[in-house]
Amino acid sequence: MHMHKFEKVWLIFGVAALLVFLTVLGVSAFYLGNQPPSCLATIDPEKVDTTAPFNEPGLKKVEGKDWDYELVFVAQAFAYTPGEVEVPLGAKVKVIATTKDVIHGFEVAGTNINMMVEPGYISEHVTVFDKPGEYLILCNEYCGTGHHMMTSKIKVVE
Amino acid sequence: MLSQKVDRRDGKLAMAHFYVAFIALAIGGLAGLLQVLVRSGKFELPAGIGYYQVLTVHGVVLGLVLTTFFIMGFQLAATSKTSGTLTSKQRTIGWIGFWTMTIGTALAATMILLNEATVLYTFYAPLQAHALYYIGLTLVIVGSWLDGAAIIMKYTEWRKANPGQPSPLMTFMSLVNTLMWMVATIGVASTVLIQLLPWSLGLVETVNVGVSRTLFWYFGHPLVYFWLLPAYMAWYVVIPKVIGAKVFSDSLARMSFILFLLFSIPVGFHHQLLEPGIDPAWKFLQVILTFLVVIPSLMTAFSLFATFESFGRSKGGSGLFGWFKKLPWGDARFTVPFIGMVAFIPAGAGGIVNASHQMNQVVHNTIWVTGHFHLTVATAVVLTFFGVSFWLVPHLTGRKLTKKINKLGLIQGSLWAIGMTFMSGAMHAAGLLGAPRRSAYSEYGGAAQAIEWIPYQIAQAVGGSILFIAIILMLYIFINLAFFAPKGEEEFPVGEVAHEAEKAPMVFENWKLWLGITVLLVLFAYTVPFIDMIQNAPPGAKGFKLW
Repeated sequence: MHMHKFEKVWLIFGVAALLVFLTVLGVSAFYLGNQPPSCLATIDPEKVDTTAPFNEPGLKKVEGKDWDYELVFVAQAFAYTPGEVEVPLGAKVKVIATTKDVIHGFEVAGTNINMMVEPGYISEHVTVFDKPGEYLILCNEYCGTGHHMMTSKIKVVE
Repeated sequence: MLSQKVDRRDGKLAMAHFYVAFIALAIGGLAGLLQVLVRSGKFELPAGIGYYQVLTVHGVVLGLVLTTFFIMGFQLAATSKTSGTLTSKQRTIGWIGFWTMTIGTALAATMILLNEATVLYTFYAPLQAHALYYIGLTLVIVGSWLDGAAIIMKYTEWRKANPGQPSPLMTFMSLVNTLMWMVATIGVASTVLIQLLPWSLGLVETVNVGVSRTLFWYFGHPLVYFWLLPAYMAWYVVIPKVIGAKVFSDSLARMSFILFLLFSIPVGFHHQLLEPGIDPAWKFLQVILTFLVVIPSLMTAFSLFATFESFGRSKGGSGLFGWFKKLPWGDARFTVPFIGMVAFIPAGAGGIVNASHQMNQVVHNTIWVTGHFHLTVATAVVLTFFGVSFWLVPHLTGRKLTKKINKLGLIQGSLWAIGMTFMSGAMHAAGLLGAPRRSAYSEYGGAAQAIEWIPYQIAQAVGGSILFIAIILMLYIFINLAFFAPKGEEEFPVGEVAHEAEKAPMVFENWKLWLGITVLLVLFAYTVPFIDMIQNAPPGAKGFKLW
């Protein structure tokens, strides 16, 4: 099958660009550990309130882990618990979330914290809050009539 | 055979599909207008109509109904044109397919209007719609399989009559898209029939959410290629003839379509990158496969611009870009799809961002994504479909595209380009700031971040209103071409391959080979994570009706 010389050049250039992109993504994921949130732990969606750590939502200091704090959220139509939380500046925090009913989103606007929260599953993301200020948490997966009213707030304080 | 018109009886079948498609455009376009107006914060829906009900209408009638009906009508017409008139058995199957799809659409629409199915067109469990909504959507898919069966039968008949010959290019392309569609829709049909329907009927209490989403997205990504390939068919085969050039390469066109068949399907995880319950290594594997499906698009881009340049130069265009001026800009059949091609350049680049393992986290479920697919499907694909309608509708109804309507077509395409630049541009920008998709107007408790998004939402409303005017123009054009344009003969442009081009290798027609590799790739990408998902399943989720 004949291929024009210019087309070969174009495709070699294109495929090489794709390989560079993939290499960057791969090194970031497997060497630097920047994987998308992919927690494999499960939970009974009907027993969220009585299952640790979701029986005590909010910020908790932890010892002997790679992170300093665990920030636990329970999502439910159409609110998050806690509805507002303070996090110390510079803290390394593991955000942990689940839902008691339908699928919700968990997005902290203006940051890289963005994950799906699905019934039966636990979602996690480790992050460092290195800029002070108020961050809006919102639901970015349609969950019903009050979807756009579903918010919480993280205050990063010194 | 190429000089023949599409048989009147096949034309009626195709036109039936187009009537439904353009009714869907009218309803879905109106829904879209209401959405951008609501999100501007300056307008509220009257009579207690819910934003999300309107959003469900918009997604279902434009994403599923307009596209599927138009594509099936176009592919049936293209097959009839290039491989000969359908037999009465094939045509009957096509009509049964059409009515099955139409009844399914009516059922689903009724449930949406009764507010029994405000679950959007993706119907993610455990939001639970009325069973008739799921049945309606299933009928749309089953009907499309019947339409597809007619195409497969015609192809088989042609191959038997012409042993050792490669099939006509347009028939080949219609067939590839049909096969891809059939393999892909198995996923959504499985989750609906095995999981969601019994659950919505109360036969089972809970549903496995992870499995359902995975089956949905196994279908959800090839769905977008199902929209795109008929546009590529027009770009590869029709556009060269419209401008008076030859098809650049028959073999490479076939090769790109085969690559789409192979790599469109095992990539659904790139829609699920931020989901729990899937190992990130398997997500990454599907990211790699997603990047492979960029290659046939690169081939397509080359082929198109090679055709344009060699044509422009043959008309005396000189210098690096002199050929560009020689293209027939006054011909809406060329210019309107060309706007679509241009839109596909940023659209494709944005798509690579979305599929990029970690970068997805910045844009996932923000309105950036909405901006993205309004460039892909709602510009590149839809403007090409409009460009096809300009000649196909009068060809099938025995009328002519007049100069006046051609001019209106050009205005329509330009308005679309302007409106979409505003709307999609503002969506991309707001998305990067964090504004979510699929959300009614909200000030998010007065959060400072959310206030920043509002000017972009007003820009979206401006763009969306311009797009709505373009839709009204298009509906006027369609009605004119279908019922009022002067009688005459409008050409069905089918490009011919350049004389010096070689015959397409017969290996492209080896479906055991290609479908075999397709299935192997699907098994490779999905088997282990899917078994994991079932073996480590959490307790199932009960249904909720939260609207």
